Amino acid sequence: MSLFNARSAWTIYKQELMRAFRTAMQSILAPVLTTTLYFVVFGAAIGGQMQGGMGGVNYGAFIVPGLLLLTLLGESTSNASFGIYMPRFTGAIYELLSAPVGVAETLAGFVGAAATKSLILATIILGTASFFVDFTIAHPVYAFGYILLVSASFSLFGFILGIWADSFEKLSIVPMLILMPLTFLGGTFYSIDVLPEPWRSVAMANPVVYLVNGLRWTFYGSSDVSIGISLGLTLFFLAICVTLIAWIFRTGWRLRT
Amino acid sequence: MLAHLGAMQTILEISGLTKTYAGGFTALKGVDLSINKGEIFALLGPNGAGKTTLIGAVCGLVRPTSGTINAFGEDMARNWRRLRARVGLVPQELATDMFERVQHAVGHSRGLFGLPPDPARVEEILRALSLWDKRDAQIRTLSGGMKRRVLIAKALAHDPELLFLDEPTAGVDVELRRDMWRQIELLRERGTTIILTTHYLEEAEEMADRVGIINKGEILMVDGKKAMMERLGRTEALITLAQPLDTVPEVLSAFPVSLTEEGRVLCYRGGGGEGDIGGTTEVAELTKALTRSGIDYTAIDIHESSLEDIFVDLLDGGAA
Repeated sequence: MSLFNARSAWTIYKQELMRAFRTAMQSILAPVLTTTLYFVVFGAAIGGQMQGGMGGVNYGAFIVPGLLLLTLLGESTSNASFGIYMPRFTGAIYELLSAPVGVAETLAGFVGAAATKSLILATIILGTASFFVDFTIAHPVYAFGYILLVSASFSLFGFILGIWADSFEKLSIVPMLILMPLTFLGGTFYSIDVLPEPWRSVAMANPVVYLVNGLRWTFYGSSDVSIGISLGLTLFFLAICVTLIAWIFRTGWRLRT
Repeated sequence: MLAHLGAMQTILEISGLTKTYAGGFTALKGVDLSINKGEIFALLGPNGAGKTTLIGAVCGLVRPTSGTINAFGEDMARNWRRLRARVGLVPQELATDMFERVQHAVGHSRGLFGLPPDPARVEEILRALSLWDKRDAQIRTLSGGMKRRVLIAKALAHDPELLFLDEPTAGVDVELRRDMWRQIELLRERGTTIILTTHYLEEAEEMADRVGIINKGEILMVDGKKAMMERLGRTEALITLAQPLDTVPEVLSAFPVSLTEEGRVLCYRGGGGEGDIGGTTEVAELTKALTRSGIDYTAIDIHESSLEDIFVDLLDGGAA
């Protein structure tokens, strides 16, 4: 009770998941539909014409981890950011701020729920993908762990975004103008080895390259960059987000006046 | 008086509370305030006086610049997690998830404050606030008065011992306002200590045991409602004379009177203050003196100043 209010955290978690199901069309069906379209167009239609495949596997299968990551990054970020931005926007956050709830309960609730939603989405997307393309997962346990890690990290990132944003515009700018281009250029649809220099070197500066390749490694056992570097960078990103959030709660930045 | 105070228990003790916002605006200037257990305390002041900031500082919405807040005998800044569970807040704005359903929203608030689900208690709260029939309605479909009750129900869901109501009747019609007053009285009967802010004098006068007047971030005066009226209250009597007078006659020099309306009206302002003589008693003495001196009068208009007059006086920097 005096260090962690488990019941409060659970209440927030439940509430956030319910909010997702209330808006199931937007938060679950929409990303599933988008991903399905990608599989149909890139995986089945275009991939079918690419005889050599890519990165040593069939092209349809090759893009599965990348597409999964594309959805995970976008959805984790927007779910968590909306979750905290909406009560800030409506003023309903007064209740959270006056409750016996600190940084630990808030994160467990909001970020836990956002990450859970991402995991549910990942499961549905992989299920959907299996209808269109044949793929295998070489290291299922690592894959699950990596998906969890990425979901949690980007949910934390989204949480920061939702606290930083002071308009709906800012809320959508980061996923639309930063995250999506980085993901598209981050080797979601191609192996960065096919890029000519200097673009290959430029691509290596894109952090999403390491995320995509980390997940791709758990699927096919090989990727453009070493799994150690991918994992290290993801953990580093997670640590930065946690540090920022700890600072936000310590100073009350954009939460308490 | 002192023996009376000794029996009271302080539930909230604010000392030297200052808040300067990032923009440089100082909303609270060293506020000292102590609230007794079980009372209804009205914080009265014009818009922008610092009422909401003061409440926010206690409830965790505002970070004080300096000063201490003790609730239930413990430092709020240090033991916030434990203490906040015993404090409830009904905000001024109707801010909540409007797509939520009433009963669920109230249950959620209970959980957020760390309590196990208790459908019977939630039902009791909803019934007391006449919300039970609306328990499955989305909050956005309710009227303004009903929405405010939902916020009260949410604040009561964890059975707070100390409840803050920020402008509970702002924008509420007269009938609903009376109803709200009854609800607040019922809460007090259950033993809840209530601090409410208002800029309606009628409200403070009607409900509160004690009134604190705040303006520009400073508490100007805190007192019992009766004591406040006695201390600052004035009886005003306007005596219309049959014949105008040029000067106040010698026989009336003992009375606080003056002539107005070109000598046609004798104006008395007295009572209250330090002396123990009631204003109305003195007016009776005054009229007898007039009769004895053969000064005829045609009408007397006498009234006691209300909390409103006191308030206006204080804000003008007049009395005090």
